[in-house]
Amino acid sequence: MFQSPLRQTLITGKKSYRDVTRQILSPMVNKAGKFWYLGITLSGGAMMFGLFMIFWTIWQGIGTWGENRTVGWALEITTFVWWIGIGHAGTFISAILLLFRQRWRNSINRSAEAMTLIAVACAALFPLIHLGRPLLTFFIFPYPNTRLLWVNFNSPLVWDVFAISTYFTISLVFWYVGLIPDIATLRDKLMSGIKKNVYNFLSFSWKGSARDWHRHEILSIMLAAIATPLVLSVHSIVSMDFATSILPGWHTTIFPPYFVAGAIFSGFAMVLTLLIIARKAMGLEDFITVEHIENMNKILIATGSIVGLAYLTELFISWYSGVEYEQFALMNRMTGPYWWAYWIMIICNVGSAQILWIKKLRRNLWFTFFLSIVINIGMWFERFVIIVISLHRDFLTSSWTMYKPTIVEYGLLIGTLGIFFTVFFIFIRVFPVISIFEVKSILKTENAFSGGKEINHG
Amino acid sequence: MDNPKYISVYFDDEDPMREAVKKLLAGRETIIDVLTPFPVHGIDRLLSIRRSRIPVGGFIFGILGAAFAFGFMTWVFTVSYPLIFGGKPFFAAPSFIPITFEVTVLFSGLSMAFAFLIRSKLKPDSRFNSPDERITDDRFVILVDAANGATPEKIGAVLSGIRTLEIKA
Repeated sequence: MFQSPLRQTLITGKKSYRDVTRQILSPMVNKAGKFWYLGITLSGGAMMFGLFMIFWTIWQGIGTWGENRTVGWALEITTFVWWIGIGHAGTFISAILLLFRQRWRNSINRSAEAMTLIAVACAALFPLIHLGRPLLTFFIFPYPNTRLLWVNFNSPLVWDVFAISTYFTISLVFWYVGLIPDIATLRDKLMSGIKKNVYNFLSFSWKGSARDWHRHEILSIMLAAIATPLVLSVHSIVSMDFATSILPGWHTTIFPPYFVAGAIFSGFAMVLTLLIIARKAMGLEDFITVEHIENMNKILIATGSIVGLAYLTELFISWYSGVEYEQFALMNRMTGPYWWAYWIMIICNVGSAQILWIKKLRRNLWFTFFLSIVINIGMWFERFVIIVISLHRDFLTSSWTMYKPTIVEYGLLIGTLGIFFTVFFIFIRVFPVISIFEVKSILKTENAFSGGKEINHG
Repeated sequence: MDNPKYISVYFDDEDPMREAVKKLLAGRETIIDVLTPFPVHGIDRLLSIRRSRIPVGGFIFGILGAAFAFGFMTWVFTVSYPLIFGGKPFFAAPSFIPITFEVTVLFSGLSMAFAFLIRSKLKPDSRFNSPDERITDDRFVILVDAANGATPEKIGAVLSGIRTLEIKA
């Protein structure tokens, strides 16, 4: 098969198909190491803290938060948008990169998709507890109620419910369809016991028939084709929660593309954070190589530059519009009482992505890991800037106020991080973190392949 | 077994298997199925497997989803309970677009996933027994129909010169 000399190998180390199976399945078959126990203890602790704060919020009421009459949306919606954004990278990798035939996605799509699902679930928690009375969540669904009243389908908040639930469902289907052949591999590796029965059940009696593979591939391409506009629509709709209001700083048409680029930017940063840990902890250096990291860093440059451009456009348009409220809103961001949040956002998002033009740093794992966390922080502050700074000084000076998160709210943020990492730690022990069959299908073209027997004699 | 239903031919890689499929078809053998650990490209064309109609189903259900969502919202706001929101018309078509789009994608995606499961007869079943535990690992198997007199020896003769691992009934 043709091999371009321009491209680096994506899977290093001479491997046969059997080596691939063994190496990727080893965390599921073997006992967990110290690192795993340490990780799940820390994240589990954070999760318990967060769950307690959720309980406290529901028990005591929203008064335990720092929100006030002017700043009605704050840390919770900030974190909600942040998590939704993080979720975007998974679908971007699995859908858009599949359509563009980017083969390097094959090693990272599984974990990125899992990350999407967990992140969207974490995000969905926030609107739920923000209602104050979570038991009444069902009001938002269009069901024939006793007052014969329907929900307002013109409202972006209702669109959001549809967008996020569709996004979660389709991502789950996409992820699981890809998992079926790998669960079958896992099933066949396990000899007996309850574990085998469970995986047998979950493998949907997959046997690897040519007809099934044919349908499987067509389904994957088709799901990618419909998930591509879906992933663009979800954050667009989230941005419309803001953009359709009349608040200066929110009321802009640039929001949908700006949010989508930011979402992919922050999502890739989170994928990098997770994968740099996972490849080290699970010994997957041969599958997730520096090539993969560098490719993801290139996407960070692209999306980070779009985000930077969006910040500049926002400033320019607010000046060019001649609307003094709009101009004030932007000046207040840069020089108002929350100036530090704005400048953290600028430094972490715009500055950091441009450093990656240097090839040496792009290929440096420690630096990338550090930078990915910086970007995660920066993107959280972006949402904080948009939400809190726009709200806290609105049209009437008499209602101007400040917002300060309470310990309960910080607990919610830490708690969702805990939930996210706990579920991810469980995931890497339960399902193959790298798509085995997809790696095998590119093994020959992307690797110094050793087919089966030859490995013995060099 | 006295009367085997099929003869399994084992390979350790896709290329000899692809060659073997060509030879077996040229030798007028009937191939029941090919089991592989990953999708082998071109094998579906060799076996003349008809292109799946899953996309057609997805398209039809997508259209249905769009019609359902748009129709439902139109009915709600014009017939069931017309309400004025900010002085806008009852039939505010542009603001129906996001939900219509989401429901379209939802219907289309779910219908294709279910079509895949139903057509491939995939369902959760903990009593399933794998035909060979290494097929999902690194073995490529051709199942040749034994009904028209094929025997392991005969198949072996047809496949002489190709690297096979094992031929058994």
